[in-house]
Amino acid sequence: MNFSRITIISGHYGSGKTNIAVSLAYDLKRIREKVAIADIDIVNPYFRTKDNEQQLENAGIRLICSEYANSNVDIPALPQDMYAVTDDKELHSILDVGGDERGALALGRISPAIREENDYQMLYVVNKFRPLTKDADSAIEVMREIEAACGLKFTAIINNSNLGAETMADDVISSLNYAAEISQKTNLPVLFTSVNRSVAEQLNGEIDNLYVMEIETKL
Amino acid sequence: MADKVLMKGNEAIAEAAIIAGCRHYFGYPITPQTEVAAYMAKRMPKIGGTFLQAESEIAAINMVYGVAATGKRVMTSSSSPGISLKGEGISYLAGADLPALIVNVQRGGPGLGGIQPSQSDYFQATKGGAHGDFHMIVLAPDSVQEMAELTVKGFDLADKYRMTTMILADGTMGQMMEPVSLDFEVGEKVEKPWAVTGTKLEREHNIVNSLFLKPEELEKTNFERYEKYSYIEENEALCEEYMMDDAEICVTAFGIAARVAKNAINEARNQGIKVGLLRPITLWPFPKKQFAAAADKVKQFISVELSMGQMIEDVRLATECKVPVTLCNRAGGMIPSPEQVLEAIIKANNGGDK
Repeated sequence: MNFSRITIISGHYGSGKTNIAVSLAYDLKRIREKVAIADIDIVNPYFRTKDNEQQLENAGIRLICSEYANSNVDIPALPQDMYAVTDDKELHSILDVGGDERGALALGRISPAIREENDYQMLYVVNKFRPLTKDADSAIEVMREIEAACGLKFTAIINNSNLGAETMADDVISSLNYAAEISQKTNLPVLFTSVNRSVAEQLNGEIDNLYVMEIETKL
Repeated sequence: MADKVLMKGNEAIAEAAIIAGCRHYFGYPITPQTEVAAYMAKRMPKIGGTFLQAESEIAAINMVYGVAATGKRVMTSSSSPGISLKGEGISYLAGADLPALIVNVQRGGPGLGGIQPSQSDYFQATKGGAHGDFHMIVLAPDSVQEMAELTVKGFDLADKYRMTTMILADGTMGQMMEPVSLDFEVGEKVEKPWAVTGTKLEREHNIVNSLFLKPEELEKTNFERYEKYSYIEENEALCEEYMMDDAEICVTAFGIAARVAKNAINEARNQGIKVGLLRPITLWPFPKKQFAAAADKVKQFISVELSMGQMIEDVRLATECKVPVTLCNRAGGMIPSPEQVLEAIIKANNGGDK
């Protein structure tokens, strides 16, 4: 994909946005020297970008994340170096934003600077198999809540519809109309449909615009 | 697969409660169960239900008492320190014979402890949980699917026996995501002639209370309640048996520990070791019969727990210490690895601890 300087990934929690953010960070690193992934999820206490800390470091990707992530300190703290994302114009960043309107509130701290620079895209990750975003209207409702909380508008949609380890090719195919309806009702393009490698092999070229995630989904 | 949805364990509990007819949720946020409350906050207003974030856990459990007294299905959820705060209300629910569902998504303790998963509230859940002589029915799911199914069963059992049911999960079960089918049966509606619903001047008024002025009367309610408990112990104990037919070693574990144990057992079987699993699904009533039967067949039990060893005491009681029962554990928010459990199995197979 064509990366802006800042790529913001958000969506309802459990949509799979952290896996997509990490995978995109690896892609970005292939074309840019200075790359960071910033985890500003203040809601989720367990599954964090920090789970991939070692691999990111090996790839030369800077991890910006609360020093309390994955610890017993249950504090919704933001990383102190998150301002590097907006201040350091040499840096290309992927932002992993928290799971709903409360999580997205944290992004509001730097959204004025992001708007002012205006070199960003904000991608809404959707999963048809999640109960609170199971149809286009409910997915759009969550989307508008996130936009209102963080003060930025989404620019495109990522269809990451999946049933975890049980995902079959047919499940992904059945989600295409859902993504198209969200796209039509919001006037935003579907950037791609994302799957892991085993599902991609099953799909065997059946879907255009397929994105194969580089990391295996946890649990 | 189209009938499945991808859910966190915490969400599965919340949605299953709604399917079971629960329209009243009272709680206070605490990691790692907050998604139960967050889900209810989104769903309840859309279906004419009540979601209320109380000012404290103590307030929430007393709101549960109030709704339960009117005969409506009601629940609260929390994690370990929050359940301790609810203790007084849990005892009052027992004393007033009120049905309700309480969810404990356990984290490491004691004290404020940590936010990582634990099973160290086993004693608290199965031995009453607060002051006075009483029990709760305690259900221990080991998958997101069971989180949902046991929530529905929990409401049915609570109504049937006029008592509190607890879902005893842990942080991993609450946070992990798995595909779930929400297509399940809800039990028949139980009539509640005791509920305080207004007499309309057509009947004597009902009283829901846990205070007894005469000790003789209080004693009588205790004996009656324990007759009910005996019946439940006889009829409601549930246990999954895994590869037990020819087992010489019996691993026992519930919840997330059982999932780890199954991985270890599969590997041990590959190595030719005859080992199986007894997984209690009801922690109270404890499935004593299955353990007693296994004790006549196996040479050692291994209790795998995310605690310093709590269920192991019930295993020893149920097996009357006929064979050794050893502990394989992590605590304080840590989870045993399949390798650790496998090592314990191999040790037992080589003669083990006496």
